[in-house]
Amino acid sequence: MTGEKWRPARNAAVLIAALLLFWQLLYAFAGEAAIKPPLATFRYTATLITTDAFWVHLSESMRAFAAALAIAVAAGLTIGFWLGFHKLSGEVCEPMLVALYSIPKITLYPILLLAFGLGMPAKIAFGAIHGIIPVALFTINAVRNVRPILIKTGRVHGLGATEMARIILFPAALPEIFTGLRVGFSLTLIGTLLGEMFAAQRGLGYLLMTAIGLHNVDLIMAVTLLLFVFAAAASGTLLAVDRRLHART
Amino acid sequence: MTRVTVYRVLVIAAAVLLLEGLCLAGIIDRLTMPPPHRILRDLAVILASGSQNAAIVKTLTNASIALALALVAGITSAVVLHGYRPVRETLEPLFATYYAVPIFAFYPLLIVIMGLGDAPQIAIGFMLGVVAVIVNTLNGLDRVPRVLRKSARIGRLNAIETALIVTLPHAAPYVLTGAKLAVAYSFIGVIGAEFIMSRGGMGYEISFAYTNFDNATMYPLILLILLVSIALNAALSRWEKALLKRRGQ
Amino acid sequence: MLQAGLPHVSLHAVTKVFPAANGAETVHALGPIDLDLYQGEFFAVVGPSGCGKSTLLELIAGLAPTTSGSVDFEGRRIAAEIPDGIGVVFQEDACFPWLSVEANVAFGLRKVALAAAEKRKRVRDVLDLMGLGDRARAYPAQLSGGMRQRVCIARTLVRQPRLILLDEPFGALDQQTRLLMGEEVLRLWRQTGATVFLITHALDEAAMLADRIAVMSARPGRLIDVIETKWPRERDSRIVEHAGFGAITARLWKSLREESLKTLRRPVAPA
Repeated sequence: MTGEKWRPARNAAVLIAALLLFWQLLYAFAGEAAIKPPLATFRYTATLITTDAFWVHLSESMRAFAAALAIAVAAGLTIGFWLGFHKLSGEVCEPMLVALYSIPKITLYPILLLAFGLGMPAKIAFGAIHGIIPVALFTINAVRNVRPILIKTGRVHGLGATEMARIILFPAALPEIFTGLRVGFSLTLIGTLLGEMFAAQRGLGYLLMTAIGLHNVDLIMAVTLLLFVFAAAASGTLLAVDRRLHART
Repeated sequence: MTRVTVYRVLVIAAAVLLLEGLCLAGIIDRLTMPPPHRILRDLAVILASGSQNAAIVKTLTNASIALALALVAGITSAVVLHGYRPVRETLEPLFATYYAVPIFAFYPLLIVIMGLGDAPQIAIGFMLGVVAVIVNTLNGLDRVPRVLRKSARIGRLNAIETALIVTLPHAAPYVLTGAKLAVAYSFIGVIGAEFIMSRGGMGYEISFAYTNFDNATMYPLILLILLVSIALNAALSRWEKALLKRRGQ
Repeated sequence: MLQAGLPHVSLHAVTKVFPAANGAETVHALGPIDLDLYQGEFFAVVGPSGCGKSTLLELIAGLAPTTSGSVDFEGRRIAAEIPDGIGVVFQEDACFPWLSVEANVAFGLRKVALAAAEKRKRVRDVLDLMGLGDRARAYPAQLSGGMRQRVCIARTLVRQPRLILLDEPFGALDQQTRLLMGEEVLRLWRQTGATVFLITHALDEAAMLADRIAVMSARPGRLIDVIETKWPRERDSRIVEHAGFGAITARLWKSLREESLKTLRRPVAPA
């Protein structure tokens, strides 16, 4: 495999190989009680995903994540568009959003637990609060940075306000908005997972937490591996789409 | 005070007053959350009595160590990586998907390797923060104009001098962006770890207070963390803005 | 149909003042200006930077209202609304990056009532006219600056405007491309029979392209000289070899030099 075209694939292969090697060495160093080697983990994972119990947990997590993501995206886009368009509101509120972004949201978990109790609503809330701010911030930026010349062109061609938003502003802002969605996706995933670790009796996060409590290293490794693979695959796809959108600008 | 600052103060005041009103009216019940003025009072009591001082010091110290390690390791790695294109390209997908991985899943592994002291928590905080520093520092180094590097070579600066005198100062605003993220992440790491499994620290105290319905301890501690992280973030933001302003950006 | 003898565009005592905002003072940008553009002529305006040339163009286009005075197009008053029949090409790249070349040009026909097939034909014709026929499916990011400007010009032409306003359209291009694009504009001007109003800071460009050239003073912009070139309609960039060409650019610079120095000596505005 030589040549420029194969470089990304080669790099990915090298990276995966290096990670596996690092994993194996860590096992050699830390021992059975701390970590399981790659092969054993793969085998355990293979058996795990055939069990019914696993799929119950998985669907629970997926439902929570989907709901949290929907909320984060809807609310984030709405806030982002409003603050992006309305100059004064944007100026006033954006720094506050940035300050909220810097808060370690894990600190708010007890409050959310008190408000929502254990279960699905709490998980969804955890997930949503992680994703909503990056979506909003990126959207604000995207709307603000639409080149004025494009808006001028719209006016020259007699576009009304709604047409302007639909035909020019939205497509122009889309690449940057999408980056926000991508970041929001990853953060909402983590948030939902953490929520499940602390506030649930079902779901992959809960499974992980139980495994930690019982010191079931095989299960810890397997669940982490699955989460990593899913997150990496989803993240990678979104990144590719992101690059595509930005290549046009 | 500018008009915008006035509006900001008004918005925050309105939000706090709304919260206060909802609490006092009983719409938010005492068990879920005490009114803001009570939280402030309880915080003053806690700080005055010094009952939580040990926990506060422990958490802040651990978070600071994690932050310092993340900054040093992150900046150094970024400078080194910036010089080795192939290695950087191979690692890039890892950086891009890093934050989608539940790092907390490795906490038990770290405890087995490092024992049940402060080290695993610091390690988690470090692991969470270091990649943010690397990614942002790389971004900043990318933007150093080639003409500056050429000037460094003409001035016969060696690699370390070039980094310290030319490229890192130029990349400083971006490094600060990474630092801000690392502040948040080191807090998240340390406090999250304390939530999961710990014998002390603010996370532990919050978790303990939560289990015992001790809102008089829990909320003030949460507020304290929020205030500290917002203050640090604001200070770093101000520094970043000052740096950018000097360059006319 | 325009009444014989009536100017195509008529400006009467037009001024533009920008009100004070955020600590800045009021800016008396333009005027008073009296100007008549005749049907089918090629009219250029040159002037020092910041003198208000672009503002003048925006007033004619209807993109901004006058502070006082009136602008008439084809006998009708323009009141801060873009009249039908006017096309504008700007200096900055105004291509929509998410649309293909063809879609960009077709955008110009949004508000035009035509059958879909007729629209497609017009788009194709204009693409061929501008030499973009084989790039119809490409995206602006894949094209050079000159090609992108052609796309913007095509988007304007597809509406068959009777008045074409060009605001330093070749400002971002290198000299050679500019001269060749100038030839293209002349060709289009002849083919469409439209009135063309060009703003440029390049004296040779104005001297080569225009029938009449106005020199604008430093801010507040007023027309201090109007030169007739009396060139034949069938001309191209080789007009620079003409004996009279040097004289025209010399006369332009004579009027312009003093105004440009005035602009240079003005203190720099605080950031």
